[in-house]
Amino acid sequence: MSSAEYDIIIIGAGPAGISAAILADQHKANVLVLDENCAPGGQIYRAIEKNQQNDNKWLGQSYQDGLSLVEDFRGSRVNYLHSATVWHLSSTKIVHYSVNGKAHSVKGRQILVATGAQERPFPILGWTLNGVMSAGAAQILLKDSGLICDNAVFIGTGPLLYLIAHQYISAGIAIKAIIDTTPRGNYLRAMRHSFGALKNAKNILQGWRWKREIIKSGALYISNISGVRINGSDSVTSVEYCQKGKWKNLNCKHVFLHQGVAPELNVSLSAGCEKSWNTRQACWTIDVDQYGQSSVEGISIAGDASSITGGVAAAQKGSIAVLNMLCNMGLISSNDREVLSKPFIKKLSKELIARPFIDALFKPHLRYRVPQDSKTVVCRCEEVTLAQIKESIGLGCKGPSQLKSFTRCGMGPCQGRLCGLSVTEILAKELGIREEQVGYYNIRPPIKPVTLAELASLDES
Amino acid sequence: MFRSINSNQGELITIYFENKALNVPKDYNVATALLWAGVSDFRKTTLNNESRGPYCVMGLCFDCLININGLDNQQSCTIQVSDGMKIKRQAINSSGKNE
Repeated sequence: MSSAEYDIIIIGAGPAGISAAILADQHKANVLVLDENCAPGGQIYRAIEKNQQNDNKWLGQSYQDGLSLVEDFRGSRVNYLHSATVWHLSSTKIVHYSVNGKAHSVKGRQILVATGAQERPFPILGWTLNGVMSAGAAQILLKDSGLICDNAVFIGTGPLLYLIAHQYISAGIAIKAIIDTTPRGNYLRAMRHSFGALKNAKNILQGWRWKREIIKSGALYISNISGVRINGSDSVTSVEYCQKGKWKNLNCKHVFLHQGVAPELNVSLSAGCEKSWNTRQACWTIDVDQYGQSSVEGISIAGDASSITGGVAAAQKGSIAVLNMLCNMGLISSNDREVLSKPFIKKLSKELIARPFIDALFKPHLRYRVPQDSKTVVCRCEEVTLAQIKESIGLGCKGPSQLKSFTRCGMGPCQGRLCGLSVTEILAKELGIREEQVGYYNIRPPIKPVTLAELASLDES
Repeated sequence: MFRSINSNQGELITIYFENKALNVPKDYNVATALLWAGVSDFRKTTLNNESRGPYCVMGLCFDCLININGLDNQQSCTIQVSDGMKIKRQAINSSGKNE
C-alpha cells in the first residue's frame, strides 16, 4: 500500500485551515486540504459562496468578511478535497480519510489540524427530546438552506447565541424567548478585565444593541434564572425555568441550546497530542508552542482546535503555524519565518487582548456543565444518566476510561464528543479532585465510524 | 416545523422517505431535506426506544442516524440527497437486530 505524499496536509477548511493553505501555496509547498463539509469556510463561514448568490445580507458583516478568504482559497493551487471525513491521523503523519464510502491514505511531511470548535455539551433534563437542537445547528440550517423555525426558544449563553438570535430576527423570524443563563456574577468578573472590555467596546455595544433589537422584535428576555429544563414525552412541549425560587412554564415546540464552544479534540488526541485543562474556558486545550506546534513532532494545531480564540484569531494562528511548518521543511529560513509572521502575530495579539473579558463574561455556570438532576442523560449515544455515573463512582469508578466499562458512557458513535467534557467535570466534582487528574477518554482511531467495506477499499488506492 | 426563507430553492429532486416521494432541493443534505419535509423523528434509541432527530447538524452527535439506500447508521446531516434516494427509519432494538 503506497500513500500519496504532500508537503503539508491540512485537516479542516475553516479560517485557520484555508489561511494556512493559501500561504503555503504562495511559498510553493504541495498542499492537500481535507474537509468534511461540501464547501470551504468551516462552520463560521459555512455556505458563504451560496449565500452570496442568494444575497442573504441578514447573516451579518462578520460572516460576509469571510468571503474574500474563501475566494483567495478557491483561486489558489491547493489540492482541496471536500466531503472528506478524516478517521485516522497517526503520530507518523499518515492521514486516513474517506470520500463517498471509499477510504484513502496520504502522508504529509507536516500536518496541520484545523478542525475548529464544537459546541460544548449542555446536559439538562429533556435535551435529548425531539425539537431540541443546538443553536449552532439552527445557524447551520439557516446558512445552508435558509431553514428556520418560528417561535423557537433559545437557551444559554455565549456570543454565538446572540449572533444566531439576531440573524433570526434580522431575517424577520419571530423568536418566542431567549432564556439567558449567563451567571450574574460573570458581569462583575468580566469587568475586572477592563482593558479587554475597552478593547471590546465595539462588540459590547453591538451585543447590547442586538439584545435590544431582539427584545424589540417581541421575544421574551428571561435572565437571572437558577435552573432550566425541557418537558415533553417524545418531542418538546414546554420549557421550564426557575426564577426567584419559582418554576415557570413556557410552551414551545423548538428549543435551541448553547453554552459556548470548546476545541474539537478527537483528531489531535488520537494522534497523541498532549492536552491541558483550561480553567478559564472550562475545557481541554491542546498544548502548543507559539507557532502552534503540538507535542507530536510535525503535527501542528491552529485555530479553535487548540484553544478557543474565535474566527479572526484562527486565521492568524493558521498563518503563523504554516510559516513554522514551511521553515521546518526548509522552504523558508527561520529569519523569514520571524519576519513574515509579524503581521499575523500583531493581529492575533489584538484579538487575544479581548479574550479574558469574553471568557469571563460567557463562562457557563457549573450547573449547566455538570447536570443537577440525576435523571439527566449525560451520554446521548448510550443513554447513560447522571444517576448511573454517580452509582459507578460509588462503586469505585475513578476515571473516564473506567466509566466506559461500568456504564458504556462515551462508547457510542459520537466517541465522547457530546459527553466528554461533562464526564471530566462530573468526576472531578464527585471525586473531589482536579480535572487534570481526572483526565479525558482515551481517543483511538477510527475517530469516525468506518465500514469494513471502506477499510477493504484502502488497499486498492 | 421548519420552513425555508430562501425564495429560490433551485432544482428539486425526488427522494423517498418510508416509500413516500418527497421533492426536495438538490443541494440539501438528507437531515435538512427531512426536516424541511416536516420529519423530526429520525430514529428510536436502542435502549429506551426514545425518539431522536438531528441535534448538531455538523456530523458530531450521531443522533440523525438513518437508513439510506438499505444501509443503517448513515449520518444524514453529512450526506447530500440524490435523485431516487431511498430513506427509511432504522429500527435496531436492544438485541441488535432490525425489527
